[in-house]
Amino acid sequence: MAKRESMTGNQVVAECMRQINPDVVAAYPITPSTEVMQIFAQSVADGLVDTELVTVESEHSAMSACIGASAAGGRVMTATSACGLALMWELLPVASALRLPIVMTVVNRALSAPINIHCDHSDSMGCRDAGWIQLYSENAQEAYHNIIQAAKICNREGVWLPVMVCVDGFIISHSIESVEMLEDDEVQRFVGEFKPRKPLLDVDNPVTYGALDLQDYYMEHKKQVDDAIQSSKSEILKVAEEFKKEFGYEYGLIDSYMMEDAEVAIVALNSTAGTSKYVVNMLRQEGIKAGVLKIRVFRPFPADEIREALKNVKAVAVLDRSSSYGTAGPLFLDIRSAMYEADSKPFITNYIYGLGGRDIGIDELRSIYEGLISSIKEGKPARTYNWIGVREKV
Amino acid sequence: MASLKELSKKQDLLSPGHRLCAGCGVSIVVRQVMLATENPTVVACATGCLEVATTIFPYTAWRVPFIHNAFENAAATISGVEAMYNALVKKGKIPKDKRIDFIAFGGDGGTYDIGLQSLSGALERGHRFLYVCYNNEAYMNTGIQRSSATPYGAHTTTGPAGDVSFGKKQDRKDLTQIVAAHKIPYAAQASPSHWNDLVTKVKKALNCGGPSFINVIANCNRGWRNDTGKAVEVCRVAVQTCYWPLYEIENGKLKINVKPKEKKPIEEWLKYQGRFSHLKRPENRHVIDEIQQIIDRDWERLLTLEKAHQSQ
Repeated sequence: MAKRESMTGNQVVAECMRQINPDVVAAYPITPSTEVMQIFAQSVADGLVDTELVTVESEHSAMSACIGASAAGGRVMTATSACGLALMWELLPVASALRLPIVMTVVNRALSAPINIHCDHSDSMGCRDAGWIQLYSENAQEAYHNIIQAAKICNREGVWLPVMVCVDGFIISHSIESVEMLEDDEVQRFVGEFKPRKPLLDVDNPVTYGALDLQDYYMEHKKQVDDAIQSSKSEILKVAEEFKKEFGYEYGLIDSYMMEDAEVAIVALNSTAGTSKYVVNMLRQEGIKAGVLKIRVFRPFPADEIREALKNVKAVAVLDRSSSYGTAGPLFLDIRSAMYEADSKPFITNYIYGLGGRDIGIDELRSIYEGLISSIKEGKPARTYNWIGVREKV
Repeated sequence: MASLKELSKKQDLLSPGHRLCAGCGVSIVVRQVMLATENPTVVACATGCLEVATTIFPYTAWRVPFIHNAFENAAATISGVEAMYNALVKKGKIPKDKRIDFIAFGGDGGTYDIGLQSLSGALERGHRFLYVCYNNEAYMNTGIQRSSATPYGAHTTTGPAGDVSFGKKQDRKDLTQIVAAHKIPYAAQASPSHWNDLVTKVKKALNCGGPSFINVIANCNRGWRNDTGKAVEVCRVAVQTCYWPLYEIENGKLKINVKPKEKKPIEEWLKYQGRFSHLKRPENRHVIDEIQQIIDRDWERLLTLEKAHQSQ
């Protein structure tokens, strides 16, 4: 039976790892994900798990050890944030191309400079092209469910890819939330026993991992990564279906809130989707047809589903908590690209917000919806690329 | 001590057909290391000549499980493999008596320089593995760039000799001593010219119960500009001139394994190699003298250390 508990996001992640009991965890903790490893290390110290915890000297070595451990043949997990993830960057495509099912919680945090420990998505967006499945979590409850599902998605036949579960730093990682926790055996049963594929430790059947590809094979192997992550959509949905059947919670690639008849919509990731839902409730009471489209799965990118969800909307604002400097927000770029094939195209604007942990408030979200309404009235799109919540002069 | 007859009966775990250059010292080193293994062994390899030339897809020259991850992280990668072994033994998924050994290979670039942090971390954490540095004293397959293992006065493409330069201006880093400072149970220097010494050291290293390290000199005829048929000879002269002393540090005690009866002058070592040919110019004569001084100083220090350790 599930039980309800009050916990911070980091506690939930650590508790989830304890319940999963991975074979190896390698980490070099960094704010705001540090607490995950502190709590998990205590679980190791107290004998609550029999995980080998490898306390490495850097995030680069954390991912290196995770890759070695995963190739050796067992369940591997880690967690990091920001600069730590950036230091791992070189190895992220190694993990995906070697088809290693590592599950990593990324507690989202801004990248330097200026140094800043608070939330934005520059870190996980910075590695969106690394061949990792990326799941985003609106709150601690979803982070919990996403990690459990990730542990199952990553080693499904036809997938065998690493999965990143993103959680907003401080906003979720350090806030106490009421979370419904599953029983240990329920989690264990759901994720199942890990069955390795071509493990290094099968010494009687030696395999070579990480060979050199020349011009004659490299593209084929990269195509296989792309094929795997593209087709992982159906496996992500199957695991979600199994999760719903088992525990009653429903997950898809996207989450539409009040979108059936919405004329204006905000598209957002992680915690901002939750705040936007609150604003939509207010707007609906005023008779405004507003909705929220939350993207749960950012890689593989659910273009068809998003196009379908936005097909009747007149104006959309895509909120990005990071920028691809010199162009626009990464979520916006993908969404506008997806909408190119739509029969009727809504006006689409982009707002960069919340960098370095700056709050986005109800008033600002409201003003974004109002801007969308104005553009419909005026019959022309608003300015495409906007930063919100920024002083003009400091 | 292994007999040559016994070793010759063992299967080479690095198979023929790899694409290392003719006359490369590295393949000899790796064969000798792998011949010394007594248990099933998993190998991790840093990016470099060895990895690139032995694993060109769809071929592999490795008859043991092998993983290449990146340039600077062979030690961290093998520590992950070893951790998984321990985890699976603990969970009963691998039988307790199923001993598997772990070896990481890295060149001097992947060990002395870019991989030093990852090596240091793995040694400090105490993983049971052997790290073998095949030391050809430059980043060879990236175009003979200088590394911190490149000796004083050598010509490399990024520290070239020229009209106003005699080559590398700095002395080599003493990595073996840096590694030994981690207080690991076993660290050593070896050479493929002294196969018995090398094989014995690998056996000791794999059985020391913790992290171990062997720094092996391995000629690169492309970078050193030595005759392809002189691989073993040039490495032997390195030992005979005391340019590359063979010694081991076992549980903190240093022992020199080979003491040349007559220490050959450093010119004997330099003359085999085109990378030092510019030192023949009169204006560079002082460099040869300086190299000799460095060698003498280091050798004296080693003798002193041995004396101090053995009298403990």
